[in-house]
Amino acid sequence: MKLRPSVQQDDFMNTAVVSASGLSLTFQTNDGPVNALSDVDLTIGKGEFVSFIGPSGCGKTTFLRVIADLEKPTAGSILVNGMMPEQAREARAYGYVFQAAALLPWRTIEKNVALPLEVMGMSQSEQRARVSRTLDMVNLTGFEKKYPWQLSGGMQQRASIARALAFDADLLLMDEPFGALDEIVRDHLNKQLLELWARTDKTICFVTHSIPEAVYLSTRIVVMSPRPGRVTDVIESNLPRERPLHIRETPQFLEIAHRVRDGLRAGHSYED
Amino acid sequence: MMELLSLSTVTPKSWQSYVALALILAAVLLWPIFAEPATSDIGSFSFVLLFLLVAIGADGFPPKPAAGVLFVGAHGAVLILLAMLLGNEGAARPPFYLLMAAAWLLAWRCIALLSGLQPAARWAQILLRLVIPAIFGLWLLIFWEAITRGAGIPFILLPPPSAVGARIANSLPILAADVQQTIFKAALAGYAMGCAAGFVTAILADRFLFLRRGLMPIGNMVSALPIIGVAPIMVMWFGFGWESKAAVVVIMTFFPMLVNTVAGLAASGHMERDLMRTYASSYWQTLFKLRLPAAAPFIFNALKINSTLALIGAIVAEFFGTPVVGMGFRISTEVGRMNIDMVWAEIAVAALAGSVFYGVVALFERAATFWHPSVRGG
Amino acid sequence: MDSLRDKIIPVTTILLGLVAVWYVAAVFMNAPFQRDLDRRGNVTRTTLEFVQATLSQPKPTLPAPHQVAANFFENTFLRKITSNRSLVYHSWVTLSSTLVGFLFGTALGIAIAVGIVHLKSLDRSLMPWIIASQTIPILAIAPMIIVVLAAVNVTGLIPKALISTYLSFFPVAVGMVKGLRSPEIMHLDLMHTYNASANQIFWKLRVPASVPFLFASMKVAVAASLVGAIVGELPTGAVAGIGSKLLAGSYYSQTIDIWAALVAGSVVAALLVALVGLAGKIVERAMGAQPA
Repeated sequence: MKLRPSVQQDDFMNTAVVSASGLSLTFQTNDGPVNALSDVDLTIGKGEFVSFIGPSGCGKTTFLRVIADLEKPTAGSILVNGMMPEQAREARAYGYVFQAAALLPWRTIEKNVALPLEVMGMSQSEQRARVSRTLDMVNLTGFEKKYPWQLSGGMQQRASIARALAFDADLLLMDEPFGALDEIVRDHLNKQLLELWARTDKTICFVTHSIPEAVYLSTRIVVMSPRPGRVTDVIESNLPRERPLHIRETPQFLEIAHRVRDGLRAGHSYED
Repeated sequence: MMELLSLSTVTPKSWQSYVALALILAAVLLWPIFAEPATSDIGSFSFVLLFLLVAIGADGFPPKPAAGVLFVGAHGAVLILLAMLLGNEGAARPPFYLLMAAAWLLAWRCIALLSGLQPAARWAQILLRLVIPAIFGLWLLIFWEAITRGAGIPFILLPPPSAVGARIANSLPILAADVQQTIFKAALAGYAMGCAAGFVTAILADRFLFLRRGLMPIGNMVSALPIIGVAPIMVMWFGFGWESKAAVVVIMTFFPMLVNTVAGLAASGHMERDLMRTYASSYWQTLFKLRLPAAAPFIFNALKINSTLALIGAIVAEFFGTPVVGMGFRISTEVGRMNIDMVWAEIAVAALAGSVFYGVVALFERAATFWHPSVRGG
Repeated sequence: MDSLRDKIIPVTTILLGLVAVWYVAAVFMNAPFQRDLDRRGNVTRTTLEFVQATLSQPKPTLPAPHQVAANFFENTFLRKITSNRSLVYHSWVTLSSTLVGFLFGTALGIAIAVGIVHLKSLDRSLMPWIIASQTIPILAIAPMIIVVLAAVNVTGLIPKALISTYLSFFPVAVGMVKGLRSPEIMHLDLMHTYNASANQIFWKLRVPASVPFLFASMKVAVAASLVGAIVGELPTGAVAGIGSKLLAGSYYSQTIDIWAALVAGSVVAALLVALVGLAGKIVERAMGAQPA
């Protein structure tokens, strides 16, 4: 089993993929201001698998969108790969996977995966090579010529992950990617995602509202709570990196899940 | 078990059959069918009765053979009835119409049986989708023909379809010249220019929010206005030729295209637009790869609406003055000369042209928006 | 206010821009004739005088906005409404046949839609023709209907109303079929679990669901109805109505009259559509729809 090298703090800053400090975001709505994020400090190192968990309105998706430069923070600072989010976006530093597959229905699967490559102006041969490599990674070889609506929901979401992987960004942002799928498909995709992560050594930020999913996948779990959206707990997972599905019945796993639930309770997430 | 199955597929006799039987009895009692008894050919009459009675007898068999016999019986009877009218124009007595009504009821029964069929084969479904409305259309023509000739309705009021058909066959060169002038010159040129201009304006309005906010309420309002009224002005500006008609068509087709395209450009989802943003995609890349394809159903909707508007604009604009050719010109002058059959011929051609125009656009739509649920689902 | 910034200012700006373009176009389009006139009359003018002259011709190629406005105002408010130069009089003639046709068309459209939704054979046989008929330039029939009916001494309001009926029943029929079929399967299943009769399903589910569709299609229908009435006034040289004003204007090159008649037609159209829209809003509000 491969152990993560323990790193010193200053060393760590150099390899930080995301570092936020004092990050706040307030939306102006008709019902007055809403504090989606309030004073968030968080550093995510290279190769980590960080899950964000909390009830709706806790700002977990908003935080992901700030990393992706889809929202602008109103206070505080955030660096992605040492750059401002906007520069990081323009440098195509991350791949983003949405709640739904969001595949374009008029493109075949291979054309959908090639979409970011087209936007980035890669050559035809380069596109072909990358598409077949990433489709292979998500076990969709043989479905290149299919249209999205001809595939099952799980396969569509795998195709959208392939699309996010196609341009080899080191950072993968996933916003409840399996939330709309049934539990059996979700288990299967969780396992595949872990294998993919082990093979590619990417940094993954993963938003979820499922405690077992967060514990099963992550090296670190960020517990958030709403009104205002803030980080209430950060839990380091000591599960081995090799995780078969049945690890979820071990006492070690249940112990971490228990701590996550405690964290949520401490953030008043179980109250009305 | 087998017996039960076959029993359940046999439909009982319908009310249409009973009423048809009563009508036939009444017709026999009220003999003769034409004012001059001598011309009421008993031989033909008995053939009509034979066809109708066979059809009534067949109603009650399983739907497929019943529908087939009903079809043949009802239409065979009607054909003979129409043939008997020859030389008896305007002399039809009530029994004639009673027999027509009986045949019509049986045809209705035939349609009802066909509508109930649910064939598994795709070609059979398509065939049914075509045959059922075709029978309905056929009966419109049959009644039109029977009533105009049977009751001797003055030719200038409403000519029978057979006369219109004969007129079309005899005036093909004139009709072709009119189609050439009105559709291929005025309507198509105006359509292309109007749609293109509306599309480009929509892109501009998309690019500049201020323009969109200012233009959209105006565009929405204009679509309710009687734009066709600009025709006399265009005739003054661009002369009697096809150019003035094309100008009317340009104005009529511009706004539907503008409004629909702007609505279509707003139709792509938030998630998809965020996706393009994470790729740092430029405005034009997002436009061509995401927003225009997503807008295609809206754009084609405008193209379809405009295909009809273009023909209307080109024809009605000709009422305000043209050279001596064109469909609108022909309609307005032949109406003046009371050549109503020529007017109907022109209208039939216009209807055909309109349907073909629309159909061609719809075919392109199917090819271009194959991915849209409304297309791939049906 | 947001509506001021988001709507009124942009719309007014665009409209002012259009008026400015109109003035410039009027000067340029009327200039050749004016130059011709001046040459023949041996008049020399300064540029300013020339521009003024182009904007005050009696029969200009393109009348200036203020000429149209003055003509419209004069013929709308300053004339007795019984006068046959009054635009109110002509608008009323057109409006009356529009309304009669619209009411009959709407009733007919609703009746046909109810039949289509309830009778499968009607759905399969008639519906394709209704859809196909939308692709046909129906307006071309208008002159014939007028002339033929005139031949049997039916003139005046009825023939025009007939055309309006014809034009307005198509959108209503199509919209109502869509509306009556709009209830979700889940709601229909719910009614089935209550063992509701077809009649109950119709009144409690289909009719309420169809109301928004009805008003949307009535907006289209009323506009089509007006177009039908105007075009119905073209062929016979009718003596009254907006269409006859257009035709008379085009015979005698009274361009200002044409434009004023167009403005009158547009005002009538806008009023009709707004009224239908308002009625729709009130009904939907009464039925508990969320105010948009």
